[in-house]
Order: sequence, then C-alpha cells, then structure tokens
Amino acid sequence: MSEKHQDPGNSGTDRVQSAVEDSDVLVQDPDLPPTAVDAEVADAEERRWTPAKIALWAGIALLGGVSWTVLAIVRGETVNAIWFVFAAVSTYLIAYRFYAKFIERKLLQPDDRRATPAEYKADGKDYSVTDRRVLYGHHFAAIAGAGPLVGPVLAAQMGYLPGTLWIIFGVVAAGAVQDYLVMFFSMRRGGRSLGQMAREELGMVGGIAALVATLTIMIIIVAILALVVVNALGESPWGVFSVAMTIPIALFMGVYLRFIRPGKITEVSLIGFVLLMLAIISGGWIGGTEWGAAIFGLDRVTIAWGIIIYGFIAAVLPVWLLLAPRDYLSTFMKIGTIVMLAVAIIITRPEINVPAVSEFASRSDAPVVPGSLFPFLFVTIACGALSGFHALISSGTTPKMIQKERQTRFIGYGGMLMESFVAIMALVAALSIDRGIYFAMNSPVAATGGTIEGAVAFVNGLGLTGVNLTPDMLSQLASNVGEESVVSRTGGAPTLAVGIAQVMQSFIGGSGMMAFWYHFAIMFEALFILTAVDAGTRVARFMLQDSIGNFVPRFKDTSWRTGAWISTAIMVAGWGAILIMGVTDPLGGINTLFPLFGIANQLLAAIALAVCMAIYAKKGSFKYLWVPALPLAFAAVVTISASFLKIFSPVPTVGYWANHFAFRDALAAGEQSFKTAPDVAAMEAVIRNTFIQGTLSILFVTLAITVITTAIIATAKAYRAGGGPSMEDKAVPSRIYAPAGLIPTPAERALQAQWDALPEGKKPVAVRH
Amino acid sequence: MTVLIKARAAAREFAWLFKGVMGENAYQQYLDHHRSIHSAIPPMSEKEFWRDKTDRQETNPEGRCC
Repeated sequence: MSEKHQDPGNSGTDRVQSAVEDSDVLVQDPDLPPTAVDAEVADAEERRWTPAKIALWAGIALLGGVSWTVLAIVRGETVNAIWFVFAAVSTYLIAYRFYAKFIERKLLQPDDRRATPAEYKADGKDYSVTDRRVLYGHHFAAIAGAGPLVGPVLAAQMGYLPGTLWIIFGVVAAGAVQDYLVMFFSMRRGGRSLGQMAREELGMVGGIAALVATLTIMIIIVAILALVVVNALGESPWGVFSVAMTIPIALFMGVYLRFIRPGKITEVSLIGFVLLMLAIISGGWIGGTEWGAAIFGLDRVTIAWGIIIYGFIAAVLPVWLLLAPRDYLSTFMKIGTIVMLAVAIIITRPEINVPAVSEFASRSDAPVVPGSLFPFLFVTIACGALSGFHALISSGTTPKMIQKERQTRFIGYGGMLMESFVAIMALVAALSIDRGIYFAMNSPVAATGGTIEGAVAFVNGLGLTGVNLTPDMLSQLASNVGEESVVSRTGGAPTLAVGIAQVMQSFIGGSGMMAFWYHFAIMFEALFILTAVDAGTRVARFMLQDSIGNFVPRFKDTSWRTGAWISTAIMVAGWGAILIMGVTDPLGGINTLFPLFGIANQLLAAIALAVCMAIYAKKGSFKYLWVPALPLAFAAVVTISASFLKIFSPVPTVGYWANHFAFRDALAAGEQSFKTAPDVAAMEAVIRNTFIQGTLSILFVTLAITVITTAIIATAKAYRAGGGPSMEDKAVPSRIYAPAGLIPTPAERALQAQWDALPEGKKPVAVRH
Repeated sequence: MTVLIKARAAAREFAWLFKGVMGENAYQQYLDHHRSIHSAIPPMSEKEFWRDKTDRQETNPEGRCC
C-alpha cells in the first residue's frame, strides 16, 4: 500500500477517482478465489476471434444488412413483418456486443473487484444481491409498460420506416446508453436517485430545476396515460366491466397474500390471472345484456372521474391491499403477453401493406398527431427509443440489487433493448391493420364526426394511395371485436388491440376469438397504465412532501396522515385536471396532448444525460464525452425545437398559442362557432386548454434549458480543472463472484468452478439457486 | 432418459427464474442474509417478513414506468 492514500472517506470533496487509487483499497481476500476474471484473460478472450465466432457475427451482420435492405430500399407492394424482427434483433445484438462493450471499456470501466451496494450495504431487503437474470426481468418489468405500446401506433401514420429507424437506432445510441450510464453511476453512489445526483453534480439551480421538471413531468405522464385508458374504455361496457373487475381481483389477491398464504406470489398471480380471464369472458356476456350496457356503458367524462377518484383512493389505501397485488398481476401479464405476442408475430408473419414513408411524413396536418416528421416523430415515440422516465428506475431501485459491476451492461443496456423490441412488435401489430381503418380509428371526432359515414368520407378524402375505406369494413370490424363502434377510438390502445387481435386470431382461435383477444389487449394495457398511475401518484406524492417539507417541516414526516392526504390530493388534482381537459377537449385530447407527453419524457432524458455527462467529465477524461453528449444534443434539439414549434408555430394545428389567439379573436369578433368548436362554450374550452398547454410547454422548455446549461457549465469547469470531485462511494473489496452477461464465457466458467469447489463453510453468502 | 432429466432441470430453472422475477424469493434472500451476519436476534417469520415488506413500501414506493 502506498502512503499517498490518505482519504478513505466518501465525502468526495477532494477526492479525484482513479483506478490506481482503487487498487490500493481493493485487496483480495487470500482465502477466496478471485472475485473478478483477470483483466488480461478477459481481454484476450474478447480479442480472440475464432472462425466460429467470426462466422456467427458475420451471419448476424449479413441478416441485419439483408433485413434493412428489404425494409428501406426494396419497394414491393407489401413487406413481411418478419423483416422487422430480424432487422431489430440483429441490430440489437451488434450494438450490445460492440457499442455497449465499447462504452464499458472506455467510459465506465466497471471493476468486479469492487463490491456493489447490494453487497456492502446488504440488509436482506432493499439492498440485496440478486441474480443477474432475475434482476433483468425485474428491471424490465419496472421500465416497460404501456408507453412502448402506444407511441409507435400513433407514429405509424408517417409510414413504417421512420418509426422503425428511430426505435432501433434511437435505442442503440440514446435510450439504452442513458439507462446504462444512469444505472452505473447510481450504483457507484450507493443507489442514489437521479434527483440527488443532479443536485450533487449540477449544484443548487440545476438540482431544483431537475426536481421541478421531474415532478411536472410525472403529472403530465400520468395524465396522458390515464387519457389513453379513458379513450379505450369510453362507450365500451365490455371494456369497462373487465377493467373494473381488476380492482376486486387485486383486493382478493392482497387479502390472500396478507392473511392466507403470505409470500406465495406466483400462486396468487396464477389465481388472479384465471379470474382475469373469467372477467374478460363474462364481460362479453354482461356487455351484451341491456342492464349491463346501461351500467357499464359509460361516457368518457364519467370514466375520467372514476379514474381520478380511484387514483386518490388507491394512493391512500395500504400498499398490501391494492398496489402490491396489482403490481404482481401486472408483472405476470407483462411477461406472459409480451412473450405470447412475439411468438405470434414470428409464427403468423403478417404482411404489411403500408408505405415506407407516408404522405404525412413531410406535412404538418396529419390527423393522428399533427406536426412534421422532425421533430414530432421523435416525441411521438419516446418509450421504446429514448425514455427519460427510465432514469428514475435505473437510479434507485435496480442499482441496489446488482450483484457485480460488470452486469450493468446486461441489465441496463440489455433491458432497454428488450423494451425497444416491444415497441417494434407494437408497431408491427399496428401496421398489420388496413390503413383506412387505422385512420378512421385514430382521427379525432372533430374530423370524423364519430360516425361511420363521416369517417369514411374523411378518410377517403385524405387522398391516400391505396386507401379505399367502405362503411362495411368499419361495421364488420366493430362487430368482430364486440364494440359498438371503432370510429375515432384515439389514443393508440384500441388500434393496437385490433392489431393484436388480428395477429392472435390467426394464431389461436380464428375470427370467433377476435373479440376476446381485443378485450384481452385492452385489459392488459389498462392494467399496466393503472399500475403506473398508482405508483406514479405515490412517488410524486413523496417528492412533493419532501419539497414542501423544506418550507413546512412537518410535511417531511411521511407517516403524518393529513400531510400525506393533502399531498396526494394535490398530485391527483394536477393530473386529474389535465385528464379532464384532454377528455373534454373539442380538438380531441390525444391529438393535442400526446406531443406534450413525448416532450416531457425526452426532456427528462435530456436531464438524465446531462447529469451523466457532468459526472463523466468530472472523472477528468474527455475523449469519450461524445457518448453521452451526442444523444443529449439530439434530445435537446428535439425537445427544444418541438417546444418552440408548440409555442411559436403560426400554424394553429401545431402551435398552442396560434390556436389560442385564433379562437380568442373569433370569440371577440362575436362568432358563435369556430372550426371544430360548435358553440361558445367549446370555444372557451379551447382557449382555456391551449393556454394551459402553451404554459406547460414554456415551463418545460425553460426547465430543460436551465438543467442543460448548468450541466454544460459543470462540464466546462471540469474540463478546465482537468476533472472534479468524485461523489462515488468509497471502494470496498468484493467477496462474491458471478459472471457478467447472460451466457458465461469460458474464463468465467472456469472461475465459477473454483467458487463452486469452495467448502460450504467458506462460501460467502451469495444468490441461492 | 437424459433428455427427460435435462427437461426437468430446465423446467426447474425456468420456475426458479420466474419466481425470482415475480419477487417470490425475497424471504429466502432475507434468511440467507440474516444467517450470514450471525445476528443474535432471530429472523422474522415468513408472515412477518411479507408484512414488513409491504409496510416498508408504504413509505418507499417503487416507480413503475410507462
């Protein structure tokens, strides 16, 4: 040991991290086999290219090249869905093997000799060493929900190619990079949250801006997710019944786990799943009866109020009663249905009859979500390509469970690749339905009038090549899926459900099963979203309590009932107001609000990437700063230009303020109706809504610019000083070993054998098999 | 025969993985941890552990993404 190592504390103020210094601390226990594969051995193993390995990667590259050629260059009448799967998987594999590896080697340099927080802070509860494959599933279940299922559906209006390119290359260069970096940096900081890291790295201003941004973004995201559910359930007694039944089912599961068989999670989830299937099937019968239609055939405003009241009650009820069991059910369904959908798409291989790049890619008046391809494609598809919300999961929960440092590439980068794959499947499912039907379902009521005749006239009037919608097609589809009507079912969820139902019925059950599959898909999307609404309200409530606590100290006490109720009520009122606004909006809520969802999500991504950039700069190495800086620049350009268009665009369909003033002028001129607003009340609603949307846009863009600026200042400061203080926890030597990736390498296997050979008494406690 | 044994092992592996992802092995992990620290206090019973787990979630909510 050298004498220069005199600061073992983790206060971090005067400690610049270096590998040399770490190696002083990381003294291996002589009684144990090595806790990491020797760096040189691992390196040699990676650099040795056997003929089999070369053939494998050449094959993957070739498959990827062929698939991309088919998708992007060959212009046939139709394109088979299997090419999307091949293009995605081969690109993911190459990115994971080469780019993620590059980031690991050059930027992060994980050291398996260092103990992770799960090891050195082990408490058997939050901090607990978890097998990498289990944690991968855990992490995936936490990050993936309805987001990657909805965005790609709405973006399908621009044709299949823009969405596919962005989902696949966006994840490789931006989304997965963000998740990986945030997870690694949080792990090195004992599992600290993104907000805490922002404050440490960016200072007071950046920290507060990041906190306010996170809070408002959560409100917007919860509101718009809830809007998707409301749109999917409006005037659908079958859907309302089966989704409402998830509440008593979850309550039953909660009681079962608390009092009857504690800990039997898989068992109770299976029971819950069976009950859920019964709820879907009986929903068909009940929705068909007169009394069922009368009770459960609710209009969208009533459903919205139902969700708001439910959201408040769910957030104040004990966790064990509703939130925890519904979360188990949601995880169970998530894994099951995603595997099922992948298998169905691979087996049925639907033909896709949509142009690569549609007429709407270059126009800003598309009916589904307005705005030109740049920047609106990149905000319409957030989850699945780049999702800032993940930074909240990748910091905090998951890093507290990681077994070995080098596993972060598999869990962080690899986990996000899987979400991207879900987005690709959602896109394929949406593309497999007829384009005329797609536009009839996704154009707002203001355009179609909500009637079959109106929808047919509107869609055929769009002048799209190859689209010839007939009234029969819409009424036939509605009766096949067991709904009154499919016209103007905006929000993406019903369209995806039709797509999934089409794919699934050709896989299992035939057209007679289509109604079941449609409601099955609606039900699981609603389940994911309601779980996210609950959890989001609760997380936001604690953030709010913490913030108010700075002024009214009593609010910091999270067990204070009144404070908890007030904070919950504020959060629910926040998203509830936006939800009601979206539901009653004369312009169609999804149409105007969905861009805000994407902007908010990408904005959070920009904040997370900015924090990562500042952290990396403080390490005193700048050569690879472009790895976080490039996606940061892209996310910044996208969110800022999209916000500016929403604020300043003179085109009323795009700019909130342009619309605001157009309606205000019309009202002032004494008009009794204007554009899509049939009366004065509707005109006033538009004026109010566009004011709120415009204000939110200004707030978001201001916060984003603040955080990014503070990050650039922190980075520049570090550059001039040649580094900065490290906020990492002190290095602690590890006493356990596990392989890094899904499949262990020969060197990892050899080392594992040494560990397995240890006598039972000498083995440090690790993950049990 | 070996195919059957292998299939059984694979099924067991899958069940273990699935239960792990669902979070069912949390109590076992807690017991392992408790044993490793040689605490004088006896570990919580299974029922106590699960109660404690959901009650702690009350103040430490886990985010769920979109």
